[in-house]
Amino acid sequence: MIINPVAGLGGRVGLKGSDGAEIQHQALELGGRSESFERTLQALRKLSQISDSLELFTYPGEMGEAAVREAGLNPVVLGAIQTGYTTPEDTVRAAEDMAARQVDLILFAGGDGTARNIYSAIGQSIPVLGIPAGVKMHSGVYAVNPEAAGQAIVQFLTNTLSETRETEVMDLDEEAYRQGRVSARLYGYMQVPANRKCIQNVKVRSQSESATLMGISQDVVNNMEPNRIYIIGPGTTTRSIMERLGLDNTLIGVDVVRNGELVASDASERRLWELIKDQPATVIVTAIGGQGHIFGRGNQQLSPRILKQLGRENIQIVATKDKLLAIPGKTLLVDTGDSQLNQSLSGFTKVVTGFMESTMCRVSA
Amino acid sequence: MEKVQLREFHQARWNEPVIMEMGTPGERGILVPQAEAAVKSEVGDGVSVLGKVRRKSRPALPEVNQALVNRHYIRLSQENMGADNTLGISQGTCTLKYSPKVQEHVVSRHPGLAGVHPLQSEESMQGILKIYYETEQIMKEIGGMDRVSFLPASGGHAIYSNAQIISAYHKANGNSHKNEIITTLHSHPVDAAATSILGYRVITLMPDEKTGLPSLEEFKAALSDKTAGIFITNPEDTGIYNDQIDEFTKAAHDVGALCAYDQANANALLGIARAREAGFDLMHFNLHKTFSSPHGGGGPGCGALGCIEELAPYLPKPTVEFDGSKYRVDYDREQSIGHIKAFLGNFPVVVRAYMWCRTLGAEGLKQAAVISVLNNQYMTDEILEKVPGVSLHYSPEVRRMEQTRLSFDKLFEKTGGLGIDAVNARLVDYGISELWQSHHPYTVPEPFTPEPCDSYNKEDIDYYVEALKTVANECLENPEMVAQAPYKASRHVPNHVMGESFEVVASTWRQYVRRFKK
Repeated sequence: MIINPVAGLGGRVGLKGSDGAEIQHQALELGGRSESFERTLQALRKLSQISDSLELFTYPGEMGEAAVREAGLNPVVLGAIQTGYTTPEDTVRAAEDMAARQVDLILFAGGDGTARNIYSAIGQSIPVLGIPAGVKMHSGVYAVNPEAAGQAIVQFLTNTLSETRETEVMDLDEEAYRQGRVSARLYGYMQVPANRKCIQNVKVRSQSESATLMGISQDVVNNMEPNRIYIIGPGTTTRSIMERLGLDNTLIGVDVVRNGELVASDASERRLWELIKDQPATVIVTAIGGQGHIFGRGNQQLSPRILKQLGRENIQIVATKDKLLAIPGKTLLVDTGDSQLNQSLSGFTKVVTGFMESTMCRVSA
Repeated sequence: MEKVQLREFHQARWNEPVIMEMGTPGERGILVPQAEAAVKSEVGDGVSVLGKVRRKSRPALPEVNQALVNRHYIRLSQENMGADNTLGISQGTCTLKYSPKVQEHVVSRHPGLAGVHPLQSEESMQGILKIYYETEQIMKEIGGMDRVSFLPASGGHAIYSNAQIISAYHKANGNSHKNEIITTLHSHPVDAAATSILGYRVITLMPDEKTGLPSLEEFKAALSDKTAGIFITNPEDTGIYNDQIDEFTKAAHDVGALCAYDQANANALLGIARAREAGFDLMHFNLHKTFSSPHGGGGPGCGALGCIEELAPYLPKPTVEFDGSKYRVDYDREQSIGHIKAFLGNFPVVVRAYMWCRTLGAEGLKQAAVISVLNNQYMTDEILEKVPGVSLHYSPEVRRMEQTRLSFDKLFEKTGGLGIDAVNARLVDYGISELWQSHHPYTVPEPFTPEPCDSYNKEDIDYYVEALKTVANECLENPEMVAQAPYKASRHVPNHVMGESFEVVASTWRQYVRRFKK
């Protein structure tokens, strides 16, 4: 159990986030209060029913120990911190220490920044679950609320059929956001319990995601034309296409394929431009889970000039129906940085959602 | 109003193994008599004629005596919550409705019906063919169609048959480029699944966030010269009726597509609205639900597939024809999509539908529809008013038809995780079968879709609402107790097995033995 004690500090006082010591200091002066302690307690209370069989590691004081003891649980406390002044490095170290103990799951309370820190420490090696306590929560690692986090953990730890799935670790550029610009980045993917009821979106229930991805990738590959260039955007949905082709892929980058062979890996905007300048080409992208961006988030390599060159008819969108349903308003978003292009990409479009199966979706700027 | 008293309920609970685990080697129920000498001289021992077809080893049947088999199945039936001893209101999206017992008596005891053999001569089956023919006339009138076939086993099979007819029609007209089918997310998922088997690319329309219905604009964006047909359920499974449906069918006809109406939720429409006036070319009713047959998990299904004159040549064969004096079975249909069911299909279901329609008459059918809608509206209002933690997504101001998709989302949020699964587990303690939730994909959180049909009276609905209210209050006041439910039922709460977990699922006994009993 890791708590980021400063998570959520900036939210109530309108600072959009709490990254950086200066902002935290400013937030405290403005009367900001940490959200994470209370929220963690709400989640941990759900664990009382399995406390006998639970071995719980945490970090000292406000980074977990206090809340865990308050919830009536008996933790093993690792590491050391400077009370009253915790840093992202503490979060990273805590996650590393827990990974070294080979824990089954890391539960943390925080926001996107915290998720990012934990991701940088453990990657996909250990399943995680976030108690939502931050200001920004674009990542898909969070339970719908603290109680649901507790519920999901009990199920995950007691259920013999526990499975995990990958979900996005996203974060906004806070500095840009404070200046009124929304710019989010896809940092990677972490494993969360495959409990769609308690995690991130209540609307979606367990469905066979791997089977759906098999269908989507088969459909896309069946329709690939010889000598055409295919730019495969980031994400796990598009990765399934690369896997079906038997090719290595860049999970958060852009790869290029032609005639079933890898032409470029993690290609830059310039490289893409050179490749498609005078060639027939199609770009295959997916939407970012929970928010719906198809361009402008996590795939900035696909610049306005590239999208213009390709044309709307050469943009193929792939996504599971579950993902589309979890997007607010079921509307896909484009934010290419070119408002005219955004407009031209808007309207209804077909999204490949399975083998021989598409779903109509609205695209909006 | 008098307070509703919940009844004391306790389900039978037997520590009952599966039948395959019962018995003693050598034990048996009956001894099949040896063939008589006269028979033997004609056909031999009846076994050696099988030749190579004969199985090499005995079938792996349990060796049990008759009494044990009898006890076993009676016990299982006591552990069930069958249609006859529970309120079926929970079982929405199935329009499971009233099935008078007198019909069972006729179907199973009347010698002319119970003793009939499909290979009898037409002359000896005139009465039965008359029932088919007249039931067809009734269904034609209710759906506004020109011909009706009772061969599809309804549901997915009927949709598949509809798609076959569409395919045959386009093929005959040289429209080989038409390879797309459009459906909506809130139609039955089988509309998409069954049509895709024929090789169609299925395009699904998303519901509008506010109305829950697909927008006409979205539909038009999906239509093209490639569109072969549309498959739509209306009212959709949310209970919301698309009153622009005629504009949808018109737009589809404009691109040369055919329109098929999945009337799985037809309870609200009998005698009030017809498929034809809404512009549909094909449709099917589920006779075993809308027309009075018990809907027994997987059967006996029977659909009434209706179509316009232009599509009649493609109907499955045989059809029943009448020349004014004699009925006959017509197998000689060149353009037919062919045989889709043995002989005349599921005959007892047709008889039940015939009896039900003849008993009620045109006015009665309409009344059944009106009562369905009234019951549903009353139930929905009562639930929303009295049961805590329930909300109605998509156009809460719009009246639902014969069922309503409600949501326990607020209960889930307030209790931090007690939603439909918890309510389901606890509801059986009050003698009510589980809530039908929703078809995939789940567009409403923590969904449940009750449907009172015309089968239940006000007291039944009040009892049902009271049980729901009691359970929801228990979730709020005593969550720990509800989390351990049920207490008075034979069932327990199973692990949720994800679709991915094929390796831990056994769908047959043989598979179970192979995987887990090595």
